[in-house]
Amino acid sequence: MVIEHRWKKWVFFYVPLTVFIIGTLFPFYWMLVTAIRPDAELYRSWRAATNTPFWTLSPTLEHFRDLMAKTTFPIWLWNTFFIAVVSTIISLFCGLLAGYALARLKFPMAGALGTSIFVTYLVPPTLLFIPLANIIREFHLGNTPWALILTYPTFLIPFCTWLLMGYFKTIPKELEECARIDGATRFGAMVRIIFPIAVPGILSAGIFAFTLSWNEFIYALIFLSSPERKTVPVGVVSELIRGDIYFWGQLMAGALLGSIPVALVYSFFVEYYVTGLTGSVKG
Amino acid sequence: MKKPIAGGSGSVAGLEVALPHPRTSQASPLTRVLEHEGLLAAALLAPTILLLGVFIAYPFVMGVWLSLTNTSVGNVGHFIGLDNFVKAWNDSIFRTAFWNTSVYTFWATIFKLALGMWLALLLNRNFRGKRLVRASMLLPFIVPTVLSTFAWRWMFDPTFSVLNWLLYRGGFIVTKLPFLSDGVYALWCAIVVNTWRGMPFFAITLLAGLQTINTDLHEAASLDGANGWKRFWYVTWPLLKPVTLVVVVFSIIQTFSDFQLIYVLTGGGPANSTHLLATYAYQIGVATGLLGEGAAISLCMLPVLFIVVWLQLRYLRRLEGA
Repeated sequence: MVIEHRWKKWVFFYVPLTVFIIGTLFPFYWMLVTAIRPDAELYRSWRAATNTPFWTLSPTLEHFRDLMAKTTFPIWLWNTFFIAVVSTIISLFCGLLAGYALARLKFPMAGALGTSIFVTYLVPPTLLFIPLANIIREFHLGNTPWALILTYPTFLIPFCTWLLMGYFKTIPKELEECARIDGATRFGAMVRIIFPIAVPGILSAGIFAFTLSWNEFIYALIFLSSPERKTVPVGVVSELIRGDIYFWGQLMAGALLGSIPVALVYSFFVEYYVTGLTGSVKG
Repeated sequence: MKKPIAGGSGSVAGLEVALPHPRTSQASPLTRVLEHEGLLAAALLAPTILLLGVFIAYPFVMGVWLSLTNTSVGNVGHFIGLDNFVKAWNDSIFRTAFWNTSVYTFWATIFKLALGMWLALLLNRNFRGKRLVRASMLLPFIVPTVLSTFAWRWMFDPTFSVLNWLLYRGGFIVTKLPFLSDGVYALWCAIVVNTWRGMPFFAITLLAGLQTINTDLHEAASLDGANGWKRFWYVTWPLLKPVTLVVVVFSIIQTFSDFQLIYVLTGGGPANSTHLLATYAYQIGVATGLLGEGAAISLCMLPVLFIVVWLQLRYLRRLEGA
């Protein structure tokens, strides 16, 4: 490798990396400190001499307790989880089939279809939310989880299809041909040979889809109205702010608890995620 | 590899034998559909096309129609031509929103690209705790935007801002900075938060791209006497360009159509000075109930998105052709 001087390594590597780490993680640290700080300390003048903003001497769990007891936060968590899982499964199912068809099969208009699925991937939800609200009402899906379970795949499927298509293209065709010679049907070869090899790609698409649906806000904000139907992001926005009053302790406690599930999913699968991406970048 | 294949075909044959009616023809209609490439493709694509058709194509057409009518909540509108667009264009808040959206997208994308590239280059090296650092760098990207934006809003709080406290204690300021109570400051705060949130995605995707670059190329270049900057500019960057383009386009679209960050951070205020197209469309279409006008405002995003996507498709085609 390239040889470097010690001071150069400090200036060009350790110092910038440290700044990046602090800048990236400070807001999360601040969430944590706020969530365990008692109210009396939270709202103290910023010029007070006794102010110790970066830690607290009397940590408390009262905000977490209030969040669990006084709001429907646990139900929001469950709603978000349920909606994210079901819409991820639907999107993976559609994306697998469509990705395989686009990567492997020859049929008329394959190119045009591929392009149009790619283009829908680039249509943002904020472009469609007003007419979509009408359609949800027409279908009598308003204020049900199905309003989100059916609409989330619109931005998940194109991504899954695109990623998995790239992944399928990296799998040699010969594998499939061998199976076909041994008498497997085309469908059988797809399900038994190709899908198992594509598991890393499927996992990274699934992780991405799960995070995107956990994160989604505008559809959930518009399609759901009763507090016990809401997802975490919408619930936090609409129920933890009363008029102009922000319950910062509870808000930060909710933000932490709402972030933990996705953070966990990532910490387990981050390597898969990077490999999956590398695969699709190469392909 | 031989075994599962043989097992797979065996079980299909077994199914064939177990059928109650012995078949005279060699294949069932289902098998014939599955063997025909075109029909199989149609079957595999059907669920995707159905979902995307009902929930993207249909609302898109409906949105275009709504934007040409004066529909509002509880009032079926009638055709009014381009009045909604004319009205939007003469609306100073709309023009501010359009300008804000452009500024926001332009600067946030540049910052995300520059910082993300830098971070990717740092993370591509070997150091102790690499995996942990890489994983934690992704946090802003995976944590729901609404939740992390609340943390930023709390850090920008007019009375209890920790950033003001830091700057004051550090001797940089004498009075508090009006982070979110001044329109110009607030838009830049939003750009900072957007950069903070989107940078990891750039970094991790570019890192994935960097890992596909053969290290021999760098060795060869440094033997030829190229310094760090030259190695980046002449070796890394040309190889990374296609990935960068995809990420930049994706990010431009996400940023241009952003809603949740502004909704939580400023709500479009103070005095409607930080609206983006999406938040203004929400305010007109959903909060006020003027569906036609709201649909028209959100459709104004389309030309910009269209140009971006078109440029990208053209570039990718040329790349494939070359």
